[in-house]
Amino acid sequence: MAKKEARLLKGLQKVRTGIAGLDEVTNGGLPKGRPTLVCGGAGSGKTLLGMEFLVRGATQYNEPGVFVSFEESAEELTKNVASLGFDLSRLIASKRLLVDYVHIERSEIEETGEYDLEGLFIRLGNAIDSIGAKRVVLDTIESLFAGLPNPSILRAELRRLFRWLKKKGMTAIITGERGENALTRHGLEEYVSDCVILLDHRVANQISTRRLRIVKYRGSTHGTNEFPFLIDERGLAVMPITSLGLKHIVTNQRISTGIPRLDSMLGGKGYFRGSSILVSGTAGTGKTSVAAHFVDAACRRGEQCIFFAFEESPSQIIRNMRSIGIDLQQWVEKGLLRFHAERPTVYGLEAHLASMHKYIDMFKPKVVIVDPVTNLGSVASEADVKAMLIRLLDQMKFNQITALFTTLTASTGSLESTEVGISSLADTWLLLRDIELGGERNRGLYILKSRGMPHSNQVREFLLTDKGVDLVDVYVGPSGVLTGSARISQEAQERDVESIHQQELERRKLNVETKRKALEAQIASLRAQFQAEEQELKKLTEQEKMRQNGVSKLREKIARLRREDENSERRKG
Amino acid sequence: MKRKAGSEPGINAKPDTWELRLYVAGQTPKSLAAFANLKKICEEHLKGKYHIEVVDLLKNPQLAGGDQILAIPTLVRKLPPPMRKIIGDLSNTLRVLVGLDVRPKM
Repeated sequence: MAKKEARLLKGLQKVRTGIAGLDEVTNGGLPKGRPTLVCGGAGSGKTLLGMEFLVRGATQYNEPGVFVSFEESAEELTKNVASLGFDLSRLIASKRLLVDYVHIERSEIEETGEYDLEGLFIRLGNAIDSIGAKRVVLDTIESLFAGLPNPSILRAELRRLFRWLKKKGMTAIITGERGENALTRHGLEEYVSDCVILLDHRVANQISTRRLRIVKYRGSTHGTNEFPFLIDERGLAVMPITSLGLKHIVTNQRISTGIPRLDSMLGGKGYFRGSSILVSGTAGTGKTSVAAHFVDAACRRGEQCIFFAFEESPSQIIRNMRSIGIDLQQWVEKGLLRFHAERPTVYGLEAHLASMHKYIDMFKPKVVIVDPVTNLGSVASEADVKAMLIRLLDQMKFNQITALFTTLTASTGSLESTEVGISSLADTWLLLRDIELGGERNRGLYILKSRGMPHSNQVREFLLTDKGVDLVDVYVGPSGVLTGSARISQEAQERDVESIHQQELERRKLNVETKRKALEAQIASLRAQFQAEEQELKKLTEQEKMRQNGVSKLREKIARLRREDENSERRKG
Repeated sequence: MKRKAGSEPGINAKPDTWELRLYVAGQTPKSLAAFANLKKICEEHLKGKYHIEVVDLLKNPQLAGGDQILAIPTLVRKLPPPMRKIIGDLSNTLRVLVGLDVRPKM
């Protein structure tokens, strides 16, 4: 505890601005009790930055603020910032904000001798004391140079003013118009040197991008890059994107693609959570449908999704997806799905990134779809788009958001190359291509890569049915890869051939059967014949026996007859 | 700190009264000098038809907003219209007269 306090005392104390991203870029906010110079050209957002600093201070950090305006009246300011959702009149009524309009008309003023700006000090002091202000904005104090003669007096007085503000412990923002060769037209940076923020509004290719850069910040580290920022209905938003690195943690959790067959192609489980998926393909190959399936699956799991559409309006996407049996409208109504459809040319790339960053921050989705990223190429160069996507992906990976990008590949050239060269950023890359065969175009899908999981190497035919996307095996046979009706006819042909074979077999079987029967009949008849012969033989044998019997009997008889003699002989002998 | 002078006719025929207000912040040398200079000029050129009001912003800081006072001292010509402002210690009489749109007495 004591240690912590000591550390706080050592370092510069900071005041959180409450402006999205600015506190990250400045590592904690503006220097407490010191003036900060915000400079930039006309329309770069200086006044809004100052006003948001006060409004956020009053509403979020309980620090009332005084806005000294040298250019616009309180009414004008109130009207101007109402579009950002700031209700100044309410804050003024509750004494959390005080707007003092200091107006000087050069033509009314005649200078005669020595003077000082004690009047301004008194007014400011009075305003600060009346609401107990902690924050002060002077916008744009350089108007004094136009309104008052004798700049040397003015310079001395301004120096005194900033010292006085410091002494009063006011965290102040001083705005200044960008000068030709200096940060401000009248060299305010000489007096306000603790923190200088430069706002820029550049137009490239007819598309403007606002950028913010911390020129210096005495006694503190800070982001040194130019950060894009946005001004929209929620105020200013600065993108501290480059502060992220390759440090995100990963999970092994897998989430369904929404297409069962695709899940099984991806090792049976689908994408990794927090991975980036690239769906590339030529026109009309069903990239959006793959995305819609993924969204549908995520919403079914109760996860929130953001769909950034750069080609179609939300209602068009919903209608089109309904035709393949995906009802996205229900998820929109349940608040699980949000669409953000914008033409890429509506603002610059950085602003797109900023707005996407902001929506992701606001909605905290689990799944983000960008359809298609290639359209962003129309507002910036390839390298810029790639840099932007790296930042966007970094942010999403950091937050464990699964991102699905679709890219349109030109029909000419290699399909394995994406226009913006973001393939190396993708963890899973699905390639959709059309296969032209037999006078028809069919869709094919294969997985070009999928980091960290086994995946199918097979081409699948991609069918858009009224029940969604279906993946079927393509015909791979001796005549090559066939899809669509060619596949069907080939399959039919094969079936025919098969049945002919079958019939032939049947016929042969029958044939053999008859043959066997004939043979058996033959055998039977032969056997009968044989039996008959045998029978006859038996009869003959018996007859023979009988005959022989008869012969012997006759011989006996003869013998007997002869014996008469023999006996007589024997008896005589 | 209000002074009123008589209303005898002056050189400047147009306006009858000159409503002047001098903003100061405490009794600083500049403030004192400005008041002395103003008094002298008025007595000399607008005798009898001027009216000076001195506002001390240290006592009434909220009054600074009304006339859009930044510089001290500031002399405001409330009447005759249009409103004019003269800043500084009024040491340059000629410029004060130009600022007040008063033709100097020959």
